[in-house]
Amino acid sequence: MQHTIEELEELARKCRIEIVKMVYRAQAGHPGGSLSEIDLLAGLYGTTMRVRSDEPDWEDRDRFILSKGHASPGMYALLAERGFISHEDLTSYRVLGGVCQGHVDMKWCPGVDFSAGSLGMGLSYGMGCAIAAKLDGSERRAFVMLGDGEIQEGSVWEAAMAAAHHELGNLKVILDRNRIQNDDFCETQMRMFDIPAKWRAFGWNVKEINGHDMNEVVEGMNYLAETNDGPSILIAHTVKGKGVSFMEDNPSFHGAAPNDEQYALALSELGVAV
Amino acid sequence: MAATRDGYGQALLELAENKKVVVLEADLGKSTKSLHFRKAYPERTISCGIGEQNMLLVAAGMASSGYIPFASTFAIFTERAFEQMRNGVARPGLAVHLCGSHGGTHTGTDGSSAQSIEDLAIFRTLPNVTVMHPSDEVSTRILTKRLATSTNASYMRTARNKTPVLYDDTPEDSIQIGKGIELKNGTDVAIVACGVLVSESLKAAEMLAQEGIQATVIDMHTIKPLDTDLIDNVAQRCGCIVTAEDHSIIGGLGGAVAEHLSMTATTPLERVGVKDRFGESGQSDEMLELMELSAPHIAKAARRAMQRK
Ligand SMILES: Cc1ncc(C[n+]2csc(CCOP(=O)(O)OP(=O)(O)O)c2C)c(N)n1
Repeated sequence: MQHTIEELEELARKCRIEIVKMVYRAQAGHPGGSLSEIDLLAGLYGTTMRVRSDEPDWEDRDRFILSKGHASPGMYALLAERGFISHEDLTSYRVLGGVCQGHVDMKWCPGVDFSAGSLGMGLSYGMGCAIAAKLDGSERRAFVMLGDGEIQEGSVWEAAMAAAHHELGNLKVILDRNRIQNDDFCETQMRMFDIPAKWRAFGWNVKEINGHDMNEVVEGMNYLAETNDGPSILIAHTVKGKGVSFMEDNPSFHGAAPNDEQYALALSELGVAV
Repeated sequence: MAATRDGYGQALLELAENKKVVVLEADLGKSTKSLHFRKAYPERTISCGIGEQNMLLVAAGMASSGYIPFASTFAIFTERAFEQMRNGVARPGLAVHLCGSHGGTHTGTDGSSAQSIEDLAIFRTLPNVTVMHPSDEVSTRILTKRLATSTNASYMRTARNKTPVLYDDTPEDSIQIGKGIELKNGTDVAIVACGVLVSESLKAAEMLAQEGIQATVIDMHTIKPLDTDLIDNVAQRCGCIVTAEDHSIIGGLGGAVAEHLSMTATTPLERVGVKDRFGESGQSDEMLELMELSAPHIAKAARRAMQRK
């Protein structure tokens, strides 16, 4: 199923609305990193991911691992728009017994391939999925979404080194480079210097894009799909909180919900009549 | 009502006049409350990024050079640095003070990945490590301050959400590392609790009192070294014990008390804790209910213990 750029942009806009609604209803959760990743998720699922919403456990599906598992509202919104879960399910975000647990959880939500929440684990897990696919002689691929704060975890680099060593062309990373982590800007918390050069030095294929320009996002997904001589990473330059003015580039909205007034403003900015 | 993590943050500020006190963070200072120290003393605050394993050993290196490091992250992520704590801190006997905030299922809607229910158990296995889980903001502040003069390493769990303040008018001297605090004195059953379940245990004692059952309630804020004198004392006086903790029933306070009683007494023991399962997303009160940790469940365990006398 191929989509036009406009359709993908519209998909992302709808997801943004759901993200804001989920976090507002729960009065908790992580809007910033959900809004920064959502164009990438829309582009990935809209053009590249081989998955079946009516058969979420299909053995030969591509795997998607949201390693920055706190950005779950983005994932849930996408899964609802793609028919894996219902829009009704979105109201269960952070609610006791809900499909939409605080952090993405494969035991609770169809279409979720890894139970995340602890940063720095997803790339290793994706590597395992990629090796298993090869052993099975399957075409399936593992896509892993990492946060830029997340790559400060040493375990990410253990996996990066190992994936290149094993020449895992079916392992593909998308890095949400939104420049903000929990407490503050990455630059203040832990400078990371030349991130693309680091991945290249670890033996990875690297491409950089603007993660909010849907043409570039689609190009980037094509790059990941076509690069099979070893692992590849798409470094997507994004804005944390993208699409909601007062959340944009604002560390305070890493893990905070909008109040009533802010909620109304956010929805109107996203084109919802209120 | 106040959160124990705020007591930790306040204690760091009060300790700051000792220039050897340093604070280490792993991108959760806003949450663990070390941020107040960071704002006031940036030159003595070391940001380790999102890297808990590194943080623990940086702290160890500083301790070996005469500093008094206080490192914090969420309780669950301290577990990632467990081996660093064992081999790099406890084994050489360095006084690194590790604080894990947001412990237990009480932490709420973040869900099971964030609800540490094994931290007390694992750190309790390490020689030279003091393990604490204070019940209120005041005792957390006092106990954290006491750590600065301790020669042992430590692990302290604090909680994210607010709980009743119990020690507002209590003289500081009566709050000491390794000494349980008797909050209520009864002779029918002893409830030995830690952390967020201390106030639940007091509620349970009130419920029991309405049935004519007089319960002792102990705040066992220090799980290691365990106040075994006090355990022996209440075992004799009450003849049965209930432990209560927002932690796995395996290896935590209940485990510690069971280990001790197995060598000294045949006192019936009931353990209230998370029954060898993971949590899920829910509000604090919902979680205590779901995990069967709230006051009515503690009261029920007390009745069971009494029947076994
Ligand atoms: C191992 C670990 N340490 C700490 C945390 C707490 N935490 C949750 S989100 C976050 C910041 C993540 O920043 P980033 O990876 O850049 O994500 P994004 O900005 O995309 O939300 C932190 C420190 C965690 N979830 N896991």
